[in-house]
Amino acid sequence: MISMSFQFDSMADFLAMSGHGVYVWTAYGITVLVLVVLAFRPLLKQRRFLSIQREQNRAQNNDRDSNRIDDGATK
Amino acid sequence: MWQSILKFIQKWFHRFGSPRWFYQTTGKWLPYLAVISVGLLVLGSIWGLGFAPQDARQGNSYRIIFIHVPISVLAMIGYYVMAAAGAVALIWKIKIANMVMVSAAPLGAALTFLALLTGSIWGKPTWGTYWVWDARITSMLILFFLYLGVIALNQAFTSRDTAYKACAILSLVGTVNIPIIYKSVDWWYTLHQPATIKLTGASSIHPDMLKPLIVMILGFYCFYALVLMLNTRTEILAREWRSSWVRGLSQ
Amino acid sequence: MKPARKQRLQLVIFIVSVASIGIGLAVYALRDNINLFYTPSQMLAGEAPQNTRIRVGGMVVVDSFVRNEDSLDTAFEVTDGAANIQIQYSGILPDLFAEDEAAVALGYWTSEKIFKAEEVMAKHDEEYTPPEVADAMEKAHQATDKNAPGLH
Repeated sequence: MISMSFQFDSMADFLAMSGHGVYVWTAYGITVLVLVVLAFRPLLKQRRFLSIQREQNRAQNNDRDSNRIDDGATK
Repeated sequence: MWQSILKFIQKWFHRFGSPRWFYQTTGKWLPYLAVISVGLLVLGSIWGLGFAPQDARQGNSYRIIFIHVPISVLAMIGYYVMAAAGAVALIWKIKIANMVMVSAAPLGAALTFLALLTGSIWGKPTWGTYWVWDARITSMLILFFLYLGVIALNQAFTSRDTAYKACAILSLVGTVNIPIIYKSVDWWYTLHQPATIKLTGASSIHPDMLKPLIVMILGFYCFYALVLMLNTRTEILAREWRSSWVRGLSQ
Repeated sequence: MKPARKQRLQLVIFIVSVASIGIGLAVYALRDNINLFYTPSQMLAGEAPQNTRIRVGGMVVVDSFVRNEDSLDTAFEVTDGAANIQIQYSGILPDLFAEDEAAVALGYWTSEKIFKAEEVMAKHDEEYTPPEVADAMEKAHQATDKNAPGLH
């Protein structure tokens, strides 16, 4: 059977954790922070990679276009 | 029968071995895996922090167990993941295995750091000290340095092949440390207590506390898989940028 | 399996086994240094060095704990079941320090067979129980003790 009652009388009690709050919440807080960094770091890297690549593609296409115009101008 | 199993593994190997196939397939899994891991971790945290009963002796400080144990388990299993990928890469020369190996290193290092940190914070109110050089904690610190070593080796060589090979060899050598960490509390006198959840035999934790712990362990397994895939996909982009399918991604 | 692959597989097995044997032997040679603390039996057998900082660990003996009313001076005994030694300590004890629980002390082993501790740590076990369950178990334990033959 699952006992599903909240173990604390108030929110303040929950934060205080009967004197151990600072330990428990620091441990959870830093853990959440590190997990968020772990999950978002590769996503940011991928986004940066794709945007750089997009720029390169555009630059290449522009080169090709401008070459064509140059070709036209010299004739 | 063995032949057909081997065939199946081989086929799976080759499909999974293609970076493009890996990238596209894991792309479909990611959203589900993200929802499942966040769901389990949020559920387990609320359950463990607010609804699990307190411990008779440690009071509420024991609630750190709900992150400390899953993180430590994954930090150790993650090393086997890295070393297994390294072995596969060495033997079968599969590109993706190398990428998985180097992607597992920063993830494992972060988890080992968190295992040491949460353990240290937990140690203060229970043991009366943040740190002690016992066999469990020291071998865990060695695990952290092994992960850092793989990260450093991966960046130390200009040749990709050499870097991957060096990482694989260090990963394989380091596997010796995992059973040492696991058994340290039984082999030597340590301040750290023996394992609560045992591979064989009954766990020494009340069911009301075990249930949220299992939810958290499952959540961290999913989170590990999620981040390993994300890291590997990033590595694929960085190494395969010349191929036409990667170039096609940004168009 | 292709011969080249087989060779590489053998190389992997070789690396792992050489590393295991090497590190295994090193750990075996250092086994005494890896222990965090000495047991009271080891100390009384003269295995622990005197006048160097060492650790001793064991269960705090029931009814052995005394506290000086005017200061933080405390004294207690620890046991490993076979031998007891006395520990003197001045300072604040961890919350989980209690009789019939394990503790580890850091300090000096004096020639008077007394351990002068500078730091005392509580070592808790791997069991986690809600308070009500622990109370119930305690009561059940006392009940069986009372009914135990030979005690009356």
